[in-house]
Amino acid sequence: MKKDEVPQDPSALDQFTREVYYVKNDKGQYEVALSRGWDVKKEALDSAWDEVNIRIEAARKAVAAGEASPIVYFMELKLMDLTVLSGYTGFWPFFIKRHMKPSVFGRMSDKKLARYAQAFEISLEELKNFKG
Amino acid sequence: METDLESPAFQHVQAAHCENGVTTALLRHHGLDFMTEPLAFGMGSGLFYIQIPFLTVNNGPAISFRTMPGAIFKRTCKALGVPITHKKFSSEQKAQAFLDQKVQDNIPIGCQVGVFHLPYFPKEYRFHFNAHNLIVFGKEDGRFLVSDPVMEITTSLTEEELTKVRFAKGTFAPKGHIYYPERVGIVSDATIRKAVVKGIKRNVRDMLYIPGSVAGVDGIRHTSNQIRKWRNKLGLRKASLYLGQIVRMQEEIGTGGGGFRFLYGAFLEQAGAILHDDRVSQISEAFTLSGDLWRSSAIKMAGVYKGRLTEQQDFEEIADRLLEIREVEKEAFKRLQKLKLSY
Repeated sequence: MKKDEVPQDPSALDQFTREVYYVKNDKGQYEVALSRGWDVKKEALDSAWDEVNIRIEAARKAVAAGEASPIVYFMELKLMDLTVLSGYTGFWPFFIKRHMKPSVFGRMSDKKLARYAQAFEISLEELKNFKG
Repeated sequence: METDLESPAFQHVQAAHCENGVTTALLRHHGLDFMTEPLAFGMGSGLFYIQIPFLTVNNGPAISFRTMPGAIFKRTCKALGVPITHKKFSSEQKAQAFLDQKVQDNIPIGCQVGVFHLPYFPKEYRFHFNAHNLIVFGKEDGRFLVSDPVMEITTSLTEEELTKVRFAKGTFAPKGHIYYPERVGIVSDATIRKAVVKGIKRNVRDMLYIPGSVAGVDGIRHTSNQIRKWRNKLGLRKASLYLGQIVRMQEEIGTGGGGFRFLYGAFLEQAGAILHDDRVSQISEAFTLSGDLWRSSAIKMAGVYKGRLTEQQDFEEIADRLLEIREVEKEAFKRLQKLKLSY
């Protein structure tokens, strides 16, 4: 890439930093240039977020329909997967999958629920009372 | 002023990639003024390609354009004869106490962190990605002074904030991981030449001769074959998301553009100067070409996830471009191998 081809498209980086590119100057040598962003990757990031939001909305509906426990919703909301949630709560994925069932969730102790609430950075009440 | 002489003020280094940046800044701090990001990347044999089978990351394919986290720092220091210390912690208190002690001793320390809770990152970038690296180089009014290599300037974090990101959970959980050069002696020109040559040879081996078909230049063909199937197998929407994931791994902040290929081109240019060997600098051009091809394939992929390109034919064309890239990189590494570099 030549130095004058470095994209300067506004992006989420604007509030943060400009990023380093390695580019060719007019003498054909490498040097460093700074970029505000590139539409091609901004759109890739946007589409990843669209997908996240679709998953959150699907989880919300599943909770509202009584098909999933609030854990499913907050896991998606916090962009977690089973590995991450297992890391933050200390529960094994096998048990987390059980806790995702509304019937099991309803019988869980406050002590266990508090571990989830802490992982999601919400209060115990928020977790228990989420209806979708 | 005596203390100033013993431990000079830490100088922030902005880099394309965090681990290169930490490596460069820490080695420069210890007097290795010749160190640059491309050199750290090349001596550490940083260029790679892999699509890890059966694994998905953020619900997309697990693709990396660089070697595994931690390898660049380790290899580069080793090649320069610099002993390093690595430490992980079981307790958050011990992790902070250790860091506090180092800060008090005026020793800048590399820290592995997760970005999900990193407050100065924009929300759009905060996924559960745990292989980010930064340097802690001081403490003022209870806040740790932080040099994050991807940023233009330094920043700071509270004790709680730093502990939280050092103990992020999930894949590659850092567990408080810190690392730093133990002591740095005089590095001779011969040692530098040797480190450059070793770095190139190891990179040739990794890209051309790694067993299996999912890594090295053959890994690019593997992904190419997969792309041809994605549209029918996953449906257009998911297939587009997968392409978006490739573009992010390839172009996101930290890559220097073109999936680290420009960074490697810059390394070979510097390597040519260090080895007084024009043939090495000439091969640099092949990586510039490869980086440009990766970027043009990203533009084509963007056409798909923006919904402009929807046909199987478009996926076939993207797959063909990847094969073309594979040829360019395979040829370039073969040329590097044929040089039979010595030091």
